[in-house]
Amino acid sequence: MALEIIESCVNCWACEPLCPSKAIYEAKPHFLIDPNKCTECAGDFEDPQCATICPIEGAILNEDGDAMNPPGSLTGIPLQKLAA
Amino acid sequence: MQLPVINNAASEAPKGGCSAGSCGSTDDQMNHLPEHIRQKVFNHPCYSEEAHHYFARMHVAVAPACNIQCNYCNRKYDCANESRPGVVSELHHPDQAVKKVLAVAATIPQMTVLGIAGPGDPLANPERTFSTFSQLAEQAPDIKLCVSTNGLSLPEHVEELSKHNIDHVTITINCVDPDVGAQIYPWIFWKNKRIKGREGAAILIEQQQKGLEMLVAKGILVKVNSVMIPGVNDKHLEEVSKIVKSKGAFLHNVMPLISEAEHGTYYGLTGQRGPTHDELQALQDACAGDMNMMRHCRQCRADAVGLLGEDRGAEFTMDKIEQMDINYPEAMKMRAEVHAAINEELESKRLAKEAKVQLVSIQGIQKKEVTRPVLMAVATKGGGVINEHFGHASEFLIYEASSEGVRFISHRKTIPYCEGGDTCGDGESALDVTIRELAGCEVVLCSKVGYEPWGPLEAAGIQPNGEHAMETIEEAILKVYEEMRVAGKLETKADEQQKVA
Repeated sequence: MALEIIESCVNCWACEPLCPSKAIYEAKPHFLIDPNKCTECAGDFEDPQCATICPIEGAILNEDGDAMNPPGSLTGIPLQKLAA
Repeated sequence: MQLPVINNAASEAPKGGCSAGSCGSTDDQMNHLPEHIRQKVFNHPCYSEEAHHYFARMHVAVAPACNIQCNYCNRKYDCANESRPGVVSELHHPDQAVKKVLAVAATIPQMTVLGIAGPGDPLANPERTFSTFSQLAEQAPDIKLCVSTNGLSLPEHVEELSKHNIDHVTITINCVDPDVGAQIYPWIFWKNKRIKGREGAAILIEQQQKGLEMLVAKGILVKVNSVMIPGVNDKHLEEVSKIVKSKGAFLHNVMPLISEAEHGTYYGLTGQRGPTHDELQALQDACAGDMNMMRHCRQCRADAVGLLGEDRGAEFTMDKIEQMDINYPEAMKMRAEVHAAINEELESKRLAKEAKVQLVSIQGIQKKEVTRPVLMAVATKGGGVINEHFGHASEFLIYEASSEGVRFISHRKTIPYCEGGDTCGDGESALDVTIRELAGCEVVLCSKVGYEPWGPLEAAGIQPNGEHAMETIEEAILKVYEEMRVAGKLETKADEQQKVA
């Protein structure tokens, strides 16, 4: 059970200080999550903190590889505009 | 007819005041401020219209994280050639930022102010922000520190802010109504949850207002920024202005929305337009009745360096700074000398202006002729004088001359029509852009203007004028306005004037 940060991450540092298990670390070209440490915030917070503050849709995936914040969910930008 | 200059901000905190409290003049409204506030802002380029010609500022990008989302912001954005808030080319850790500040302050002695303004929210990055401030307070005590915030976590940091001797804070307040806020902020991060829509906006608004009140109670100077979004908060901002003024904010800066589609913001991609020059000016004038307004803001980058309107950031990349050998205590002496010389110049300007105002009041017994206002554009590199070639200008300052005097209105960015030398190949289209940006202006004053743009400018109803090179902007405008009056050019468009009045 671990979340994953992918290449669309913009290295904004928002998630790193929030992680209760210190699983997130600064790396190149983008921040990474140590899968051995990530608990998805179980026992600490109701919502996984990194995915809850992340401003980039699709940058954080759940253990099934699905976007925690799917396209359009954070900005409200219509999908056809996103694709354009 | 002698006319006063009515819109020079209080460059050296002059005494006395304007009897008309709502005349819309920054100068006069600065006079209403208590002495200790005027002393704080007189050499702050972002706060004083006069000072921005002489003093420089810089931002350090140490605060990339944000705790809210705004519809005019795209967190993915990074471009070396863009000048607007949030854009940054190099992020710094606090230690690097401190090194950069010392290098810039030693190289550009006119620098008086260091701000942290993102690209995220400085107070959503408290460790990085306060580490930078505390190091600078110790190593460079001659630099003023300020911070710009969305206000969400402001209340919890007011105490810390006061410890670091930060006497200037800018809060971006776009609304005081959660229904309006829901159209601007899709979500906030609050108490470990993402809160969307109206509920999130309501929390943000509450925190902003609480933070504003707490800062004022601590004696920390507060400026309020508002982004004017036509159809969303344009009608609402007068109310915002009234409220923040009543709570003690000393300056209100209404800025136009920037929403080009290529920036990839929600507003950009959904076709939300920014305000026109006229709409922005009308709102600023409407708010001015209640508030000291700011009109010279350049909406600069999160890593801007230098005078407002110029960017010298490229001279201070981290690799270049590493090679610089900075002796800051020595630099501080040189800086003090440069600042003293600038203050002296500003003081002599102020005295000259005062003498002129007295002359006007003597002449005021005579019947005053009411003439229509005229917008004039000025090409300048700074220093308060007309010293830029028309074709080299990347921005024009817009002034209004009227029977009341001269007042600064705004600046308008453009593409330099001629880059100099042999690179004028693209001149035609760039000139079109400039002419479009200068719409509404009847005169453009510059140090020099070539033959080629002369005809198109005249055809567009804009009189090019290169006769006042190196003269003080306001004085040159008064001369040109007087020439227009003598030539009978101010009697026309009377209907239009009545409509405006």
